[in-house]
Amino acid sequence: MSLLSRPARLALVAGTAGLALVATGCGSSEPTPSADGGASASAECAPYEQYGKHDGKKVSVYSPIRDTEADLFQQTWAQFEKCTGMKINYEGTGEFEAQIQVRADGGNPPDLAFFPQPGLLERFAKAGKLKAAPDKVKQLAEQNWTPDWLKYSTVDGTFYGAPLGASVKSFVWYSPKMFAEKGWKVPQTWDELMTLSETIAGSGIKPWCAGIESGDATGWPATDWIEDILLRELGPEGYDDWVAHKIPFNDPKVLAAVDKVGAILKNDKFVNGGYGPVKSIASTAFQEGGVPITEGKCALHRQASFYANFWPEGTTVAEDGDVFAFYLPGNDPAKKPVLGAGEFVAAFADRPEVQAFQAYLATGDFANARMKLATYVSANKGVDINNAQNPIDKLSIQMLQDPNTVFRFDGSDLMPAAVGAGTFWKGMTDWINGKDTKAVLDFIESSWPKS
Amino acid sequence: MNLDFDFAAEQPKLLQLLLGVVAFCAVVALLLLLLDRVPMRRRPWPVVTILLAPALLLLTIGLIVPAVRTTLLSFMSGDGASWVGLDNYIWMFTQPEAVTVLRNTLIWVALVPVVVTAVGLLYAVLVDRSRFESLAKSLVFLPMAISFVGAGIIWKFVYAYRPEESDQIGLLNQIVVAFGGTPQQWLLEPPLNTLFLIVVMVWIQAGFATVVLSAAIKGIPAEIVEAARLDGASPVQMFFRVTLPSIRSAVLVVLVTQSIGTLKLFDIVRTMTGGQFDTSVIANEMYNQAFRYGETGKGAALAVFLFVLVTPIVVYQIRQQREAAR
Repeated sequence: MSLLSRPARLALVAGTAGLALVATGCGSSEPTPSADGGASASAECAPYEQYGKHDGKKVSVYSPIRDTEADLFQQTWAQFEKCTGMKINYEGTGEFEAQIQVRADGGNPPDLAFFPQPGLLERFAKAGKLKAAPDKVKQLAEQNWTPDWLKYSTVDGTFYGAPLGASVKSFVWYSPKMFAEKGWKVPQTWDELMTLSETIAGSGIKPWCAGIESGDATGWPATDWIEDILLRELGPEGYDDWVAHKIPFNDPKVLAAVDKVGAILKNDKFVNGGYGPVKSIASTAFQEGGVPITEGKCALHRQASFYANFWPEGTTVAEDGDVFAFYLPGNDPAKKPVLGAGEFVAAFADRPEVQAFQAYLATGDFANARMKLATYVSANKGVDINNAQNPIDKLSIQMLQDPNTVFRFDGSDLMPAAVGAGTFWKGMTDWINGKDTKAVLDFIESSWPKS
Repeated sequence: MNLDFDFAAEQPKLLQLLLGVVAFCAVVALLLLLLDRVPMRRRPWPVVTILLAPALLLLTIGLIVPAVRTTLLSFMSGDGASWVGLDNYIWMFTQPEAVTVLRNTLIWVALVPVVVTAVGLLYAVLVDRSRFESLAKSLVFLPMAISFVGAGIIWKFVYAYRPEESDQIGLLNQIVVAFGGTPQQWLLEPPLNTLFLIVVMVWIQAGFATVVLSAAIKGIPAEIVEAARLDGASPVQMFFRVTLPSIRSAVLVVLVTQSIGTLKLFDIVRTMTGGQFDTSVIANEMYNQAFRYGETGKGAALAVFLFVLVTPIVVYQIRQQREAAR
């Protein structure tokens, strides 16, 4: 107990923060009334005519995307707001998974939400909280995305919303300069990768670096590792079975895959370049996980395409630059399944202005406009690859648009939250921290919700 | 960033606020009017009813209904769709992970109140009547001004780890290195990491204990102290035979408030480890289960158990207060 009681203090902080939010939210994206009219304005607005006029209408959006990326989104749809007359109230949060539940249960859901976890979307769809996507959105989504993607927002035959952004996870970051200097080659198979790791370890530095600390989501980068290997070991169908819990979590095949990752992540000879022994992986922030590559203290870092944003300032991301990424190889160089993730736009309301905005977000126009501003990847087929801001975005989009690519969504985002956002993360953290594979997998298996 | 506050744009909210204030005044006016009409002299109960009604109504909506609902939820499945009997409670006491949570809470509640009180008491006695008493008390009281989350972040830096070959950024590891040791991952090794988290709580709360106990020490009648001195009591005897018995009620207040505060502790654990590495406590696990994993049943069961743990302490405190009032 303190003199100013804790609830009072919290309320004060929350109140101030809320006020600041309200103040910034209303000042930033005020649509200027197009009183000036004129030919130029109508030409600018021509592409938006199909969405109709919604003067004075408001659409609220709730999303886990914050800061710079949120600003870029708002910049992207500013013109849409101006031309349709509606106002998009965008709210980004670091507590999306918990807060969306609270808001929906409390009868105060947003109009639209960007779900990064299809598993969470499914929970809301099954609870009858979501509105089915309007025909226009469905049509656009079918035209712009592969069926692989659409099944993730389809629950019991009903389609709930189009995907938005995407990221490719199956990448290993490396320094092309360092590789050229030492004469190392980008490996094409898993065995080559392991041989290369041995070679690098022999040269005096630890080949791999990693970081899985991420606040209360600590552990997720390790789960991505496991998923990537499982996708290669079990094949896409086997992977789907594992995600759907048709293969138990402590199955010997899963155990073998986890140990395969362990041969790198739990090997003091191979990790953790620049940070110390194996256990330092658990306390290194994922944003800093690959940074030792730029200092020459580490050579390889497995992380998604979005890691391009986390390199220290002045690092060039290019095939001949300071850092670049290669595809995490499997046993068979001919098969290249891609693990990825993304957001889905689902609606809690079906007012015309909400549906109009939902349709706009599903277009190639939106994705292209967003890409022109800064680094962004979408699996939208309407995306013009020339708009990609850096070579890694380009590579990612190529992989996603390739009709031969087998795409699979990040499994932990598909599983029930108790596992996918809970025991799987926690289990992998314990695993890094010294617990043995069998015990960890048994623990995760026992936590799978029964029903 | 644009920080202008546009009153026109906020009109609906301000209007709502105004309505709220008006409605509140109306309710109070209505109550007063009713009170005025009721014959006061003959029977007191209509007056009592009218005066208590608003408070009772709010308590029912805000406290009793949610408490009953939480209790019911704790016997239901994760999505609140079916009854599962005692499954959630069985889970709580049998699953090794959940048992670790209970064990940690036990460690917290056993250590924090005692250590906080001991540190506070020792400090209060030592600085009592010394020249820098007010400065010393301000210093130990300062951490009270920091929120738990803020303190958690500060201490996360204190415990920060860097490999042996690079420069340490954490104070504790720098000290270890300065004495020739190897840097440690303080927050990674159970069960010691729980103790490192407890240090943070003690750091924050010791000031509160010091101030309360110091005031109590100053309240001991001078005659008693003088009499003891004349009888030739040693400083140790003074402390255990005179000071401690005289401030018994203040010590109890500190112990009780610390116990309750520790039982519902959440922020430090969440900020510093997120409950990883076997450091989770009941309140943290309750939040995770109910709000992050969508396992409302398990979350509710933990909440009910927390309530059961706090109840005896609260009852004890209320009794104490009644006795003191007599």
